[in-house]
Amino acid sequence: MSVTRDTLIDFIYDEVRMLDEGRYTEWLDLWLPDGHYWMPLDYQQTDPINETSLMYEDMFMLKLRVERLNGARTFSQKPKSRCHHVIQRPFVDEMDTEAGRFVTTTFMHYVETRLDEQQLLAVTARHELALVEGRLRIANKRVDIVNCDAAFRNIQLLP
Amino acid sequence: MARYDSPAALAALVQPHQVHRDIYTDPEVFQQEMKHLFANAWVFVGHESQTPNKGDYFSTHIGTQPVIQVRHSTGDIHVLLNRCPHKGTKIVIDRQGNTGKFFRCPYHAWSFKTDGCLLAIPLKKGYQDTGLEETDSGKGMRSVGDVKNYRGFIFARLAEEGISFEEFFGESLTSLDNMVDRSPAGRLEVVGPPLRYMHHCNWKMLVENQTDTCHPMVAHESSAGTAVKLYEELGLPEDAPKPPAMEIIAPFMSPYDFFEGMGIRTWPNGHGHTGVKHSIHSDYSAIPGYFEALCDSYGEEKAKAILDENRHNTVYFPNIMIKGPIQQLRVFIPIAADRTVVESYIYRLVDAPDELTARTAMYNRMINAPTSIVGHDDLEMYERAQEGLMVDGLEWVNIQRLIEDDEDFEVEAVENGTTERQMRNQFHAWVKFMTMGQTAEAAE
Repeated sequence: MSVTRDTLIDFIYDEVRMLDEGRYTEWLDLWLPDGHYWMPLDYQQTDPINETSLMYEDMFMLKLRVERLNGARTFSQKPKSRCHHVIQRPFVDEMDTEAGRFVTTTFMHYVETRLDEQQLLAVTARHELALVEGRLRIANKRVDIVNCDAAFRNIQLLP
Repeated sequence: MARYDSPAALAALVQPHQVHRDIYTDPEVFQQEMKHLFANAWVFVGHESQTPNKGDYFSTHIGTQPVIQVRHSTGDIHVLLNRCPHKGTKIVIDRQGNTGKFFRCPYHAWSFKTDGCLLAIPLKKGYQDTGLEETDSGKGMRSVGDVKNYRGFIFARLAEEGISFEEFFGESLTSLDNMVDRSPAGRLEVVGPPLRYMHHCNWKMLVENQTDTCHPMVAHESSAGTAVKLYEELGLPEDAPKPPAMEIIAPFMSPYDFFEGMGIRTWPNGHGHTGVKHSIHSDYSAIPGYFEALCDSYGEEKAKAILDENRHNTVYFPNIMIKGPIQQLRVFIPIAADRTVVESYIYRLVDAPDELTARTAMYNRMINAPTSIVGHDDLEMYERAQEGLMVDGLEWVNIQRLIEDDEDFEVEAVENGTTERQMRNQFHAWVKFMTMGQTAEAAE
């Protein structure tokens, strides 16, 4: 498969649609096994390990997170939350077709709702993508919330 | 209608085995808490490492009172009310910064030394012979009643007169000591900003939950139970490294007898802790080089004694909890009867390996973040309770698990780890500090 800018952009659009439609098995399958989903706590945070983040999750944690959403005793998901992304056309920041490494930046408005509450988060997602065995995969994803220092309510699904 | 303006009315909300729901839901009770409880008690402000240099400040709240922790030119830390004595403008609005040698109000440029003393007023002759110096406005930025820096942790009492720091905390300071002693240098440093998490419930629900050992295996089954299940499905060999989530989250699924055996200790004035014998933090893997560093500082015997403490959650009444074994502190900041912001801080053990900070940061995000799959279920329980308490005709909340006749909260006690004695201890202290200094007046 040859990766074009459109391939990368379509990939990002497809990913958020999976999240909005709750197709988590497909979504997890996008990831490389050693990938991390990072949501920093601090503005322009550089260290995910030795400082607190909102999320810094490996595949075990992401699987746990997704599996929990459907559990019989997942009280905070009774009733379930729903989410909705509106994304701007992704920027392709790095495109190394030879090495099969790509980086995109995408501005999004993320809405999450449950019962009578709805919250809107403005986020920037940075995807590191890799072409592995002919498939585009997520190597790492970083999601910065513009008001990362605010006191949040539960954020239960995935921006 | 002022229903709760007398000490007797407030004291009547607490019985030995139950408390009235107005304690959690009534705006007037909340106002009384801010006026009395949060003024009479010693309340956590911040850590000295948040203001390391002269002129460094950090703004926060004691109850609902906006305050500034600031490092004065003498090196001492002062705690000032965050209000210009002139028109009321908050002097600082950012969470932290450096103000140099003085604070300057952005509205009319009144300026104050970093101990609060009035420094200068523009066009001062306009106040000549007006008696400004006799007014509160002429006396500079007001300080809290008293401040104590205990091993780097800054506490303040708003009231001018009252209980001393040492009497208020007593033996409970052994938990803070243990947390600080875990640094080979005997010093902690704050790491990054705190997690901030908005709860639509009363602040006391969060404090009570810190020693509620009968909820983890129930409320957290969806996270901890699923973690155990996923791990088993992986079919990893026994000696393979466990996913970090297993070490942090899985112990929440420990059975009742684990929590019964861990023990609960209570101290006078509402303080207490879980994990007298062991805790969910007991089985964390050893970090290479750490024990050796502790031995170098303290000798092997004391190093072992420091690490043998596995205190789980220590509640410092009224509104913080610390976890000594992982150097975490959570402050439950009351906003309204049904609004609480939780801030979760972590600290670095100076001169200890970075891996310890990494584990602490991991715990903080996995358990206490607004994005945490564990925190989600706690918040759900608190908020369901806040709503459920509106049911009329069933107006008492039960706290009688393992209650004994004539419990004496003025003495230290160690009990079965599933007792609700610490909740009763908190409410005993609640009445004490809500009515302190008023009883004589009420009797007149």
